[in-house]
Amino acid sequence: MKYVDEFRDGERAAILEREIRALAPRLPRPPGRALQIMEVCGGHTHAIFRYGIEAMLPPELELVHGPGCPVCVLPMGRIDDCVAIAERPEVIFTTFGDAMRVPGSRKSLLQAKGDGADVRMVYSPLDALALARANPEREIVFFALGFETTTPSTALTVLQAEADGIANFSLFCNHITIVPTLRAILEGGDVNIDGFIGPGHVSMVIGTTPYDFIASAYRKPVVVAGFEPLDVLHSIYLLLRQLVEGRCEVENQYARVVPNAGNRTAMAAVERVFETREFFEWRGLGSIDGSGLRMRDAYAAFDAERKFAVPGLRVVDPAACQCGEVLTGAIKPWQCGIFGTACTPEAPLGALMVSSEGACAAYYRYGGVPAAAGARG
Amino acid sequence: MCLGIPGQIVALDPQHAALATVEVAGVRRAVNIACIVDDEHPPASTLGEWVLVHVGFAMSRIDAGEAALTLALLTELGEAQAEIVAMQQSGPMQ
Repeated sequence: MKYVDEFRDGERAAILEREIRALAPRLPRPPGRALQIMEVCGGHTHAIFRYGIEAMLPPELELVHGPGCPVCVLPMGRIDDCVAIAERPEVIFTTFGDAMRVPGSRKSLLQAKGDGADVRMVYSPLDALALARANPEREIVFFALGFETTTPSTALTVLQAEADGIANFSLFCNHITIVPTLRAILEGGDVNIDGFIGPGHVSMVIGTTPYDFIASAYRKPVVVAGFEPLDVLHSIYLLLRQLVEGRCEVENQYARVVPNAGNRTAMAAVERVFETREFFEWRGLGSIDGSGLRMRDAYAAFDAERKFAVPGLRVVDPAACQCGEVLTGAIKPWQCGIFGTACTPEAPLGALMVSSEGACAAYYRYGGVPAAAGARG
Repeated sequence: MCLGIPGQIVALDPQHAALATVEVAGVRRAVNIACIVDDEHPPASTLGEWVLVHVGFAMSRIDAGEAALTLALLTELGEAQAEIVAMQQSGPMQ
């Protein structure tokens, strides 16, 4: 109840909390473990910590903070590739601010900038394209990252570059997709997720039908959720009701933004520019089949991976890092050996500490560490 | 990046049908509106509407109440200011 006063509609929050607690005794009880619900999206993770939602839930229920923070799951090798491209004298390397501090094996983009590389933060890929127009003698590379939420924006930017005949613009494509990742989590041997809080803004683009297999083939409920704390609570309530009633369906709690069919224009642009990679390496999760996108041959001229030789090396995460175990719910962030000591938001070692949407950074910032176990006391 | 930010479409770009000026908390910048227009909703119909903007692209129409709630949420999460500053610094009006 610590934060319930901060809800914009405290009364509704209190009702939902009561309803959730009333459902608790009727929930299925998996032997030897708590019932686990995974919030897939880092935006939800952030809201859950900011509003203390875990503390409002009955002890029978555990939230697992999923892989849906695109900055957090970038492997070190890809950052090394970024740095290698950025250090070329002809290149202006552009990136969202979130990716600046992600550690590579040699350095982060921020350190590369400090060492003289021309790395610039942009708000939008359109701004990178504007830089290409303004600097015809330089090569402008945009670090394209993110799930389906941001993929349409880079696809549309490439189509714009093509239409305008801009030859000194390219993408270093690191876009990833959520559905193969959820499938990998469901197939994982030691992971037991009983239901999913589905990502809101990914679903705004792809719709809700891509999750149908989770309900039909894996018999797990999914509720696509908005980002208001009340949305998250409401979605947990809807999931628990499905579990109590033995239903497995895909429900859309965020229908005010998410059409069940998704956004056709956005999906068509993505389809035109990108194709699926055989596999993509994730930090902490390893390689996942079909989970990454690359540029189609027709757009090879805009593909930084083909334009510049990138090292493309696979770099193992630091041995002390337990990001993978946190991402799959095997341990809580504060159970990692270096949480809050060798790894802090100011000097992150693991990717989950870098972004405000990473589970470790959220735990660190908002507490949530049991007093007896907390590295921060 | 992932949460987006709400803004209001305050002007259309006569030169580019896919571009419009969006005002976010007093900051104006050019935003691509290709994903929220179709035959039934031509660009002219978007003037005055509220949209959710992700990295310079309007991705969803929302109502004014939803926009206000979302902005309040982003402010509390500490995400609004960074987003607005990034918009301001890197997205000069065309």
